[in-house]
Amino acid sequence: MSEEQRTDPGEEPLKLTLYVAGQTPKSVAAIRNLQRLCEEHMPNRYEVEVVDLRQQPQLAREHNIVAIPTLVRSLPVPVQKIIGDLSDHEKVLIHLKVER
Amino acid sequence: MRGIVTGGIAKARTGIDGFDDLTLGGLPRGRPTLVCGSAGCGKTLFASTFLVNGVRDEGEPGVFVTFEERPRDIIDNVASLGFGLGELIAQRQIHIEHIAIDPAELAEVGDYDLEALFLRLDLAVEEIGARRIVLDTIESLFSAFQNPAILRAEIRRLFDWLKEKGLTAVITGERGNGSLTRQGLEEYVSDCVILLDHRVNNQVSTRRLRIVKYRGTTHGTNEYPFLIGEDGFSVLPVSSLGLAHQVHEERISTGISDLDEMVKGAGFHRGSSILLSGVAGSGKSSIAAAFAAATCARGEKALYFSFEESARQTVRNMRSIGLDLQPSIESGLLECVASRPTFYSLEMHLAVMLRQVQRFRPQLVVLDPISAFLDSGEQLEVQSMLLRMIDFLKSRGITGVFTHLASIQGEAKTDAGLSSLMDAWILLLNREVNGEFNRELYLLKARGIAHSNQVREFVMSDSGISLREPFLGENGALTGSARRFEEARTRRDEVARRAEVARLQEKIAQRRRRTEAQIEALHADLRADEIELRSIIDQETAYLAQAKSDTAEMAAGRGADSE
Repeated sequence: MSEEQRTDPGEEPLKLTLYVAGQTPKSVAAIRNLQRLCEEHMPNRYEVEVVDLRQQPQLAREHNIVAIPTLVRSLPVPVQKIIGDLSDHEKVLIHLKVER
Repeated sequence: MRGIVTGGIAKARTGIDGFDDLTLGGLPRGRPTLVCGSAGCGKTLFASTFLVNGVRDEGEPGVFVTFEERPRDIIDNVASLGFGLGELIAQRQIHIEHIAIDPAELAEVGDYDLEALFLRLDLAVEEIGARRIVLDTIESLFSAFQNPAILRAEIRRLFDWLKEKGLTAVITGERGNGSLTRQGLEEYVSDCVILLDHRVNNQVSTRRLRIVKYRGTTHGTNEYPFLIGEDGFSVLPVSSLGLAHQVHEERISTGISDLDEMVKGAGFHRGSSILLSGVAGSGKSSIAAAFAAATCARGEKALYFSFEESARQTVRNMRSIGLDLQPSIESGLLECVASRPTFYSLEMHLAVMLRQVQRFRPQLVVLDPISAFLDSGEQLEVQSMLLRMIDFLKSRGITGVFTHLASIQGEAKTDAGLSSLMDAWILLLNREVNGEFNRELYLLKARGIAHSNQVREFVMSDSGISLREPFLGENGALTGSARRFEEARTRRDEVARRAEVARLQEKIAQRRRRTEAQIEALHADLRADEIELRSIIDQETAYLAQAKSDTAEMAAGRGADSE
């Protein structure tokens, strides 16, 4: 689990959790895509947590995760889930409702 | 079906009544089984029964993976069937994994797989050491995810994973148009496919189960009715019965001594099926009740299925002919089960009856009347249902008494065409003669028993049922008041004849007395004559003696010189 925190006090922060399973190509691609996305489109506004369900499978049950990779935006509410390797940045941003 | 050797495939018992018999041991162990059917046909119940019985009977923990219902709902739903699912969950014997996916909060961007699902299942299985798993209903995934290609690949991987884990799995699937399941799950499950069906015919619904496929095992291919009753799921493989039932030599009393008399004093064979047919009011139910009462009197159990009267009504009515069934009911030897024929479908009736028989284990079963079913189904169906009932009873050595309401007097044929299935047939007539109805009874057949060919008059009174020999008059057999009149006339004739004989005897006696008196008188006359004769002889002797002495005296007086 790695954590990155770059928030600006002025704006509402995005609380994101990315669930992956080990070092599969899809998981690696999703982590890379998310990093780029965050840095490019919402610097200092996000809080990202990456969870490896291989290590903590009970979290999959707890947070009701079925697909891998799954990106969960827990803040702001309502909760939004995006599954997939996040290769289409435009689409991800639309679903995260991030204004550019 | 029994006795066929099946090698190879290991089975996991489901504990579902009848199903394990049907499949010779249950579901294929360590392999997935697809249970499909339309909504509300009992898939989830089948699956949960499989799981609960696995824990209770086989000591195999299980995971219930639900994609639709919440765990709470599942626990509540099966609680009504006496499954303490909550308890088993607390004991870590069962785990419910709820996989809920709300498509509204889910977006798909790029490539993904269902690894998290696998991780969750793996966790659940490892946590409790599960040997069994239920996936209900995996097809929900198709509405949650948009990429069917990924889903299909993942589902195939899931089935492989289940096999690899050696889990005995039940996967439920919704019935689709023209295919067993909407998403074609059957193509992934090649070992065992079970189809559940819920049909409504003539406003009566029937649940049926069919084993579509079971690789490596002989199995019944028919549709079998199943029940979701108070004790859960049960299947009735009634059609699998053959003709190899045991034959009993023992004879059992009918409860009517005169009827026993007609079959050479011993009654009918145990385990035989006896048909009582007759028109309305000919006494079918009464004879049937007598059979039941006789069974209870022997200390055996009887089960009385009534399709027209309630149990209380039967008891009250039988009391009027001196048969009190109440004590037998109270002592648990007799059970009356009353239900309207239209209450269930035929299959259901059969299923319910078989279940009752299995539960109660009676030695005699009465179905009163079987003709009631003819309104609720096709003749062929009724026939096959009754055939199965008869087979079932025979296979267990249970005597079956069936009453049949005939529409035509003395008709030697039943609407349901059952006559050939019956071992004994008692025909009851209710004939009008000279302004009165008289009941008659006739033994149409009794397989393997010598029996009377006479038509007996069947009399019911408050002291019971009796069969009178009919009066054989000059104009044929007479019954009822005609018989009584004839009998009275005979009695009068008899009295008159007796009186005549007595009179003649008295007359002879008098004559004898008179004759004897006359003889006595003659004897007396004779004796008088003899006395007289004797006195005459005495006088004569005296005279002769006197005469001689006189002669001598005279001779002496004349000088007696002549000498």
